[in-house]
Amino acid sequence: MAGERRYIGRRIKRKEDLRLLTGRGLYVDDIHLPGMVYAAFLRSAYAHARIKSIDTSRAEKLPGVLGVFTGEYFKDKVAPLMTAWALTNADLKPIKWPVVAYEKTRFTGDIVAVVVAEDPYTAYDALEAIEVEYEPLPVVVDVEEAVKPGAPQIHDEAPGNVAFHWKFRGGRDFEEVAAEADLVVKKRLINQRLIPAAMEPRAAVASYNPGTEELTVWVTSQNPHVHRLIMAGSLGIPEHKLRVIAPDVGGGFGSKIQVYPGEVIVARLAMDLGRPVKWVETRRENFLGTIHGRDHVDYVEVAAKKTGEVLGVRVRTLANMGAYLGTAAPGVPTILFGLMLAGPYKIKSVDVEVKGVLTNTTPVDAYRGAGRPEATYILERMLDVLARRLGMDPADVRRVNMIEEAPYEAVTGLLYDSGKYREVFEKALKLAEYYRWREVQSEERKRGRLIGVGIASYIEMSGLAPSRIARATGFGLGLWESVLIRVHPTGKVSVYTGSHPHGQGEETSFAQIVADALGVSIDDVEVVHGDTEQTPFGMGTYGSRTTPVGGSAVYKAAVRIREKARKIAAALLEAREEDIEFSEGRFYVKGSPEKSVTFQDVALAAYTAEKLPPDLEPGLEAVVFYDPENFTFPYGTHVAVVEVDPATFKVKILKYLAVDDAGVIINPLLAEGQVHGGVVQGIAQALYEYAVYDESGNLLTAGFNDYMIPTALDVPDVESHFVETPAPHNPIGAKGIGETGTIAATPAVVNAVLDALAHLGVEHIDMPLTPYNIWKALKESGVLAKLGKGR
Amino acid sequence: MEGDGGGLIEVTMRVNGREVKARVPPRMLLVHFLRDVLGLTGTHVGCDTSNCGACTVIMNGKAVKSCTVYVFMADGADILTVEGLSEDGKLHPIQEAFWDNHGLQCGFCTPGMVMTLYDFLGRNPDPTEEEVREAIEGNLCRCTGYVNIVRSALDAAQRMKGGGGG
Repeated sequence: MAGERRYIGRRIKRKEDLRLLTGRGLYVDDIHLPGMVYAAFLRSAYAHARIKSIDTSRAEKLPGVLGVFTGEYFKDKVAPLMTAWALTNADLKPIKWPVVAYEKTRFTGDIVAVVVAEDPYTAYDALEAIEVEYEPLPVVVDVEEAVKPGAPQIHDEAPGNVAFHWKFRGGRDFEEVAAEADLVVKKRLINQRLIPAAMEPRAAVASYNPGTEELTVWVTSQNPHVHRLIMAGSLGIPEHKLRVIAPDVGGGFGSKIQVYPGEVIVARLAMDLGRPVKWVETRRENFLGTIHGRDHVDYVEVAAKKTGEVLGVRVRTLANMGAYLGTAAPGVPTILFGLMLAGPYKIKSVDVEVKGVLTNTTPVDAYRGAGRPEATYILERMLDVLARRLGMDPADVRRVNMIEEAPYEAVTGLLYDSGKYREVFEKALKLAEYYRWREVQSEERKRGRLIGVGIASYIEMSGLAPSRIARATGFGLGLWESVLIRVHPTGKVSVYTGSHPHGQGEETSFAQIVADALGVSIDDVEVVHGDTEQTPFGMGTYGSRTTPVGGSAVYKAAVRIREKARKIAAALLEAREEDIEFSEGRFYVKGSPEKSVTFQDVALAAYTAEKLPPDLEPGLEAVVFYDPENFTFPYGTHVAVVEVDPATFKVKILKYLAVDDAGVIINPLLAEGQVHGGVVQGIAQALYEYAVYDESGNLLTAGFNDYMIPTALDVPDVESHFVETPAPHNPIGAKGIGETGTIAATPAVVNAVLDALAHLGVEHIDMPLTPYNIWKALKESGVLAKLGKGR
Repeated sequence: MEGDGGGLIEVTMRVNGREVKARVPPRMLLVHFLRDVLGLTGTHVGCDTSNCGACTVIMNGKAVKSCTVYVFMADGADILTVEGLSEDGKLHPIQEAFWDNHGLQCGFCTPGMVMTLYDFLGRNPDPTEEEVREAIEGNLCRCTGYVNIVRSALDAAQRMKGGGGG
C-alpha cells in the first residue's frame, strides 16, 4: 500500500469504546419511541403439526392488548421468506418460510400468533391466553433418519426432505488415486449443531409515517441493506420507502445476517396499527428461533501413501438445514465447505457430495467460519488418524503434504493468493515448543498423566467475494463493498461504509486507513455505518470480509480524494499537478517544500470553489464500489496442549498458541482480539457446546442453563502471533482475521485430547469432548482398566 | 410500563447519587425499571434466566443481577449503574483499563462485566488471574474469549492501587 504509515499497523485503541464503556451505546432494545407498543410471539408447541384452530378471543380481551394476529392475517399481506443463496446446479427446492405459520408448523421456533400490547408484560400475559389446537405430525430431527424412505415429509416441495444435492469434483478421479494408495482411511465424523448465542438477543423496532409512506426499521443486522432489500420484497413496499437502521449490534457471528420473520412482522404491524412496534426476543426464543450452525454428518475417505502423502479426499455429507432454508444457508455446507477440502495441502483429488436435508429443527445457516471450520475439522482430524495408523508424528504428516509456496492453484480450482505456509507451520511449532511438549508428554505418561499436543493447520477462502464467482454459485447479489467518503470544508472526514461492524472495530481500523491516506489525524475521521439512508448500498459484515473488501473500498476512495485534492493544491500553489508532492498532510511543490498547503486548506478551497481548475467540480467526496478480483486466503497453524484428568476426564488446556497470516494487519490490538474470541468459540465446539433435540423435536438445550457457553473459568489464555504476507489482489494487502480462530481451534483441541489418549488406543471421539463422552469412549473401548479404573 | 399484577407500589431509591421516587407494578424487575422508566439503557438484558450477567448493577455496595431483583426489593437502596461510574467526565480506572486493553468488542456484556469487577476489585485489590476468572464466571461474553477482559481486570487492579479511584 502506497503512502505513509502513521496509523496502520499500530495498536490504536478503539474510537467506539467510549460510548460502549459508559453505557451510551445504542442497541435496538434501547430505542424508545413515543406511542410505542410491544409485540410478543407465540411459538409452536410442536415441532411438526397441523394447526387446527387458534382461539385468540381471551387474549384479545385483556386490558392493554391491541390485537392478536395469526398466520391467516399475514399470509396474503406478507410474502414468505426464501433463501438468497439459490445454489446453482444443485436441484435446489423453493422452500418458503411464512413469517407466521398457517396450516402447518415445522419446528418449535415457528411463530403461530403475535400479540401486540401497550407493554411487554401484558403482551406475555396475553400469549398464555391464546389457545391453539394442533394435530401433531410425525417428527424427524436426525439427518440420517430424514433421508430414509418413509420419513416424515416437511415440505411438499422437497420430496425425501432433500432441499438440494450439491456435487463437486476437483483434480483426479478419487477411485483412481485410491487405487494407487497404500491405505484408505474411512471415518464417519459428526460436526455437531451449535447455537451462535450472541450476547445481544435479536430485536426490531418499526415505525411508519403514513404521510410520507416511509417505514423505518431498527433491527439487529449484520447487513442492513440486505435486510432492506429482502424486507421490501416481502412487505411489497418500494425499497426507497424503507429505511433500515442497525445501530450498535451486540455480536452476530453470522446469526444476524439472516432476514427473519420477527422484523417483517413488526414492520407490517407498525404499518397496520399506526403505532411504532417493538419486539425483543427472549433468550429462549433466541435459542429456538435464531439460526443454528454446523450440524453435519460427514462420511470421509482419505487415500494416502505409506509416506503420509495424501492423494485424495472423498466426502459425503448430510447437512442438517433445519425446517427452512435461511438467507445464506445453501452456500454454507457447499461452496464454503466443499471447496475448502484441500486445505493447505497438495491433495490431488477432492470429491464431495452434500445433501442439504430438511428436519423439524431450527434452520441452520452461517455461524462464524461457516463451512470452513467443518472442512478444516475433517482434514485435520483425518491427518491425525492417518499419522496414528502410519506410526508417524502428526507434524510430519503435515510436512509431507503442505504446499511449498504461493500463488498455488489448489485442486479445487481456487487460486491461493500468497503465503509462507511451511514457514508459518514451523514457527508455530517452535513458539509452542512442540517437541519439548512431546518429551513432557512421554515423561508424564509414565506417571499416569494424560497430556496431549494437537496441531491444526488451515487455509480459508475469505474476503468474500468476487461478484462474478458469487453469482456463478447462485448468490443473490454481487459481493463487492461500498463506501462514501466525504471531506467537510473544515477538513474533517466522514466515512460512510457499506460494511456493518458489530464488535470488530472498523470505526477505528477504517479511520486508520483514511487518516494515513489523507495525512489527517485519526481524531478527524469518523466512520459511519448501519443506516441505509446514510451509507451507499453495502453488503455488510460477515465472512471476514470487512477489512479486505470494505477496507479496500475505503482505501481506494481515500486515494481518489487525495488525487482530487492534489489538483486543487496545484491550483492553489499555481504549480503543475505533477509537481505536487504530498507528505504528512501537506501538499507542496517539488523542490520547494516551503510552498505548501495543508489538506485542510485544500478541503476549504474545494467548497469556496473560487480557485478550482476549470475542469474540476466543487466539493470533496468519493464513492467507491470495490469488487475483489480474487478471494483472500488467510492461513495458519495453531497448537494446543491439553491435559485430561484420568479421574474425572475433564480437559484442561495447558497452552494455546496461534500463528496466523491474515496479510497486512491494520491494528494488531483488534486483530488479536478477533483471534482470542474465535479461538474460544472453536474450543467451545471441541469441548463444551452441542444442541440437543429430543425425538419429538423439542430443543432440550434452549438456554444458558442447558447449553454451555464457556465462562472465563472454562477457557485458557490465548497467545496470538501474526506473520504478514500481503494479499496481492487488494490494495491494502489485508486478508481478514475474523474466523481463523474458530476454524483452527476446534481440530487443534480435539487432536490434542485424542493425542493424550493415544496410548489407550482410542482413535476418535465425536465432539464435544465432554468428560462423559471421553469416559464413554474409553469404556466402550475397554481401556478404562488400563487407567486402573474398572468402572 | 404498566403491566398488571396488582396495585402500584411506591418506591424510593438513590440511583447514581440521585434520589428517585416512582410508583411501579409489584412484578416489575429492577432492570426494566432502570432501562424503561429511568432510561438508563447501559444496563442490558441478555437472558431470561439470570445466567449472562449483562444486567449487573451495584446495589448497596454489592454486585447484583438486576433481572433477579423486583423493584420493590430495591426500595430504599443505593444503586450504581455503569452510567454513574465515571466522575466529572473522568472514566473509572476499570473503564480505562478495558479501553487500553481492548477488553470489549460488541460491548453488550461490558457494562455488566465492569460492574461485577467494580465490586470484586473493591474486595480484592490484588487478585490473581484465576481469582479474576472466578469473579466474572457469572458474566458471559461471546466476543473476547475473556482473554482481554482478564487482562483489563488485572490492569485495573494495578491502576486502582495507584490511587486511581475505586
